[in-house]
Amino acid sequence: MQAYVVSNLVVGLLVAGVALVAWRAWRSRLWREAAAGVARRRPASLAVVLLFVGVALLDAVSWIGAPREDEALSLRKPRSLIDRAFPVDWNERSYSRPLAAVEFYGGRALRHPGKHLLGTDIIGRDVLHLTLKGARVALLVGGLTTLIVIPLALLFGVSAGYRGGRWDDFVFFLISTLAAMPSLLLLIALIAVLGRGPVQVCVALGVTGWVGLCRLVRGETLKLRELDYVRAARALGVSEVRILFRHLLPNLMHLVVITAVLLFSGLVLSEAVLSWLGIGIDGSWGQMIDQARDELSRDPPIVWNLLSASLALFALILAVNRVGDAVRDVLDPRTAGDAG
Amino acid sequence: MSERVLTVEGLSTRFPGSDGPVAVVEDVSFEIDRGEVLALVGESGCGKSMTAFSLLRLVPRPGRIAARRIEICGRDVLSLPVPEMRQVRGREAAMIFQEPMTSLNPVQTAGAQVVEAIRLHERIDTGAARRRTVELFDRVGIPDPDARFDAYPHQLSGGMKQRVMIAMALSSHPKLLIVDEPTTALDVTIQAQILDLLRELQRESGTSILLITHDLGIVNELADRVSVMYAARLVEEGRRETILGAARHPYTQGLLRSIPGLARRGEPLAEIPGVVPAPEEWPPGCHFAGRCERALECCATTRPDETRLADEHVVSCHVVAREASR
Repeated sequence: MQAYVVSNLVVGLLVAGVALVAWRAWRSRLWREAAAGVARRRPASLAVVLLFVGVALLDAVSWIGAPREDEALSLRKPRSLIDRAFPVDWNERSYSRPLAAVEFYGGRALRHPGKHLLGTDIIGRDVLHLTLKGARVALLVGGLTTLIVIPLALLFGVSAGYRGGRWDDFVFFLISTLAAMPSLLLLIALIAVLGRGPVQVCVALGVTGWVGLCRLVRGETLKLRELDYVRAARALGVSEVRILFRHLLPNLMHLVVITAVLLFSGLVLSEAVLSWLGIGIDGSWGQMIDQARDELSRDPPIVWNLLSASLALFALILAVNRVGDAVRDVLDPRTAGDAG
Repeated sequence: MSERVLTVEGLSTRFPGSDGPVAVVEDVSFEIDRGEVLALVGESGCGKSMTAFSLLRLVPRPGRIAARRIEICGRDVLSLPVPEMRQVRGREAAMIFQEPMTSLNPVQTAGAQVVEAIRLHERIDTGAARRRTVELFDRVGIPDPDARFDAYPHQLSGGMKQRVMIAMALSSHPKLLIVDEPTTALDVTIQAQILDLLRELQRESGTSILLITHDLGIVNELADRVSVMYAARLVEEGRRETILGAARHPYTQGLLRSIPGLARRGEPLAEIPGVVPAPEEWPPGCHFAGRCERALECCATTRPDETRLADEHVVSCHVVAREASR
């Protein structure tokens, strides 16, 4: 099977999974109220996040389509819905200002004068198109890594906190060791070992990123397992596994949700740093910013490329952080009572 | 002779300390018959709750229990494999905790938790379990039980939560109810209601109760027999009237004297001098020797034997033993 088919299937499964989780959560009044609370507190930020998710999803579904005579053979590759929103021969030859009619250097006429809303980059690609495509990479980094981090952190954190003893010592040693290493160096080393590529970068970020949540979960489990309702459950004859799944995990979920949302924005930024070092993911905003390094020193400087990527990154991070704050306000028992 | 629900012989629960294991429960024996209420009385930290946890093998790690015999409804608790032990917990003997505020899982509705308790020990579908739960809620005096089924714990008051806990404990018709300080966390009017409820339920269903408390008022309300515990050991046992009216052990007498009462209005309240010493500082003899105003020389060095004063009245005290033999 070809890569783009697999990718489409994965996206489909993900959407189905999210829908299932959302549907399950919706049936519980606690989560339904929490979701409504977030939407009430931060409607604009939530809308921005959903917009980015929408763009990313549109870019995630791709296919080759029926052959057309006017297409060059080199264009016979899968194109996403976002790609299809732009004409096939949309590229120019070099830089052009936003909405310019001529090239930035030399002043040759453009193929599509005044049509490139955010200008074009060094090889004439439309910056708006690139920026939109960057959303998919950003969400991939944030989303996939979060999906790696949460199970890791829960598995190690809950088991260490609940079982205690040697296993706890071991997990804590592991956490401390990972936390003691400079994470950037560790990231670079991991990517050097795993190789470059979107999944590899996410795995590397995941391995370095689960420590904080794991420590949090372990501490909370230590606290919860001594609580009266856990002891009461045990006194009623509830099995250990059932206690874990019915009484411990649900009471950890608010921590997980809060951390996951805040983790997400940190991860997207980490990817930008990696791109800056030249080991990020192709097509990310970080890479666009990285490319803009030289462009800034030109005279006159070329800023639209940098600005588009930075603003998109900024908007996503800001929106996610604000939604994260609202999630914390709603779910954290210490702040849940405050009107937001 | 009536049916025996609980037999405990020579129970000791030890925790590792810096100088070897420390016994927080030491050589404790008692038994409860069907329909009987035994009160285990003592001040905070004397090992009452640990005794209760030991009975269900729920002592937190690294504590260890040892006993000659613990039997709940004829089943040997000490040798039961874990899955069968889980069947004893909840079905034969259920426990009610002292903190209703934290005894319910905050992310599940009250009803769902009782349903879980029912379905642990019985194969019935959720609809039937729900009906049973609503009935139970009604029986423990929860108003509007159908609506309360879907309430989360934070929407219930302390008294309501304790009622839910009682409903949960009763859900599988246990023969023995272990009630650990059932009213300490509640205010006085709710205390009275909960005590009335416990007494009524006990009378209706004939459940035996092991009542753990430091409140002699509650003992007077509910108990048939009383065991007084001091610093890990039982010091005096007897029928309620005997203990409350004719206690012989200096500790029990001190406890009774320190109850505020109308008779001695205006006088300073009697107290037992000193505080309970830490387990490492217990004398090898009688644990109470250091605080006892009638202590003899042998008290601190030799452990007193049990002296049977009447059919059901047993005291462990050198002073009492000497007086009795005279």
